[in-house]
Amino acid sequence: MAFGDPRFWRSGAISSIAVMVVVLVMLTANTLASMRVGGKHVPPYTIINYSIDYQPNADTGVYQPVIGAPQAFFGKTYSPSEAAATMREGKLAIQSHACMDCHTFFGNGAYYAPDLTRAWLDPAWKNVWMPMTQSSTREEAMARFLMAPEKYATWSRKMPDLHISRNEAVSIVAYLKWLSAVDTNGFPNGFTTK
Amino acid sequence: MIAQPAYESQRLGMKYFAAAITLFGVMIVAGLAAAASYVVPGFLPGLPFSIQKILHIDTLIIWLLMGFLGSIYYLLPLEYKRDLVGMKLANAVFWIFCGTVAAVALTFIFVQIGPGTEKTLWLVNQGRKYVEAPRWASVIITIGIAVFMYNVIATAVLAKRMTGVLWVLIADLVPLFALYLIAFPAITNMSADQFWWWWLVHFWVEATWEVLMACIVAIMLMQLLNTKRNIVETWLYIEVALVLGTGVLGIGHHYFWIGAPKYWMGIGGLFSALEPLPLLGMVVHAIYDAGEHKMQVANRPAFFWMLAEAFGNFIGAGIWGFMITLPQVNMFAHGTQWTASHGHFAFWGAYGCGVITVIYLALQHQRKAESFNGTAWKWGFGMLNLGMIGMAGALLVSGMTQAFYERAIGGSTLSAFIAAQQNPWFVEGMWMRLASGLLFAGGYFVLVYDFLTIGRRVEVTAPAAPVLSGSAGD
Repeated sequence: MAFGDPRFWRSGAISSIAVMVVVLVMLTANTLASMRVGGKHVPPYTIINYSIDYQPNADTGVYQPVIGAPQAFFGKTYSPSEAAATMREGKLAIQSHACMDCHTFFGNGAYYAPDLTRAWLDPAWKNVWMPMTQSSTREEAMARFLMAPEKYATWSRKMPDLHISRNEAVSIVAYLKWLSAVDTNGFPNGFTTK
Repeated sequence: MIAQPAYESQRLGMKYFAAAITLFGVMIVAGLAAAASYVVPGFLPGLPFSIQKILHIDTLIIWLLMGFLGSIYYLLPLEYKRDLVGMKLANAVFWIFCGTVAAVALTFIFVQIGPGTEKTLWLVNQGRKYVEAPRWASVIITIGIAVFMYNVIATAVLAKRMTGVLWVLIADLVPLFALYLIAFPAITNMSADQFWWWWLVHFWVEATWEVLMACIVAIMLMQLLNTKRNIVETWLYIEVALVLGTGVLGIGHHYFWIGAPKYWMGIGGLFSALEPLPLLGMVVHAIYDAGEHKMQVANRPAFFWMLAEAFGNFIGAGIWGFMITLPQVNMFAHGTQWTASHGHFAFWGAYGCGVITVIYLALQHQRKAESFNGTAWKWGFGMLNLGMIGMAGALLVSGMTQAFYERAIGGSTLSAFIAAQQNPWFVEGMWMRLASGLLFAGGYFVLVYDFLTIGRRVEVTAPAAPVLSGSAGD
């Protein structure tokens, strides 16, 4: 077969695609194992019962979540089943309110509002919204903000009132706390939690 | 040139083109509203940015998809040398598809969102970028794609005619259909959810759609430039090998930061850096074809839009994508307006220009004009492409501002985000994007005017006016 013969290139196309697909399938199996809840990169849902920080690794300099001491979340400790149910409610609330069409998660979504990957860790909750909402905890401030974002707006581009219920707000905050503990290979770089 | 009579499937193709161009207009209106919301927050009371954005990107997907369906329905009878099978069903699906799109648009405008339940995902909004349409509508779209596959495959069986282009097309439709099934689940684990979501988005946009467009261009080259089949099919196989050879593992550039293992940074970085290669090949071939035909063909608008497709795809998808695809840059550029700059340029270059090319080709055929030319298409071409270049450039300025001030200096906190959004470079970029968007919108109206009138105006060469026929024929 000559180079000018389409059959030569057809064979090349089929074989190169086949090789790539096989490699992709193998990598997918490995990746999904690594990203399962409680896997190497994705924490268990009960991580919401602990304090979380985000610091550069001492050896590599790559930012990563740092899990600290047990910490009550909305005044209680969540069992594995309670945490899983809350996460399910949180994810459904996030999708049904189209959060991803203003915000980003892991940098994916829309760019009108800030990335929410480390939103739980943002110092603004402690410095701005805890006093503004008269809340004694970060999670309470976040929940009150989500239920009345226009009331607690801090700049001209206001988050609209999405009619988020108390239960939805609690589950969204829980979801964001869990999300902040996912190991994202250092993204976002340089995020300051204090 | 094309000389066959119009088939039923070609008439259906024209209907899809009309629907696609209408949705193209809706996409522009929603995009202008979203652009205005950046510079005048609360620009449209009652319609938040999220809904403007959904309308903008979902109509983007649907107008291009309808453009592809129209292109295939129009061009395929030329490959099969007969009408497609199951046209009654295909016609019914078209109207159901249009009704579904209208119902979903009205739901987005008037209902918008709902409580955090599965019911909301089924009836109102799925809240996953690009596939926000509620599940009931996704089911309809899935059935529509299945019917389209049936039309293509059943015709191949009955016609007992298979060409290289048809093999590639049919092989491409299978993953195109299967991947859309990822539009349905709502996996709780965000990392796993985005892993699979990228299978849909990446393998549609950077794989199956590229191959679909390559098949459409292959048939067009044979019809528009009378290029020989063995040359076209050789290039098609090379392009498919390069697109999928680089694009399959190129998906890794979406996996850098979603909680996936580190090895994706090396694999994704390498293969996505190679993704511009097939696009470069298209540019080389486009330049060669243009020179070979001394820039003179019977359908000049189609020819220039095809050149725009080759260059736009290479620059918008290839170069703009390459800029941000390496993890060292992506760490700071990802999720900023820089990404939006790439997205706008790439979708336009890779697909928008291609669909417009086919429409011009089909219109010439429908109106039985020996050649197509005039002034209006040049204005439409210039305004649309300059508008797009302006938007991509403006978004790039704003995106780089974000990368510097929000990501690199500020560390991506809320205060860093706000500081970057208020930076004069960012704000001026957003104004410039809006202005360029208005130019683009003006170009759209000229394009629609030209679609409606070209071939019917006196300046166009017609078979009965031989005195003009020498100006454009090759």
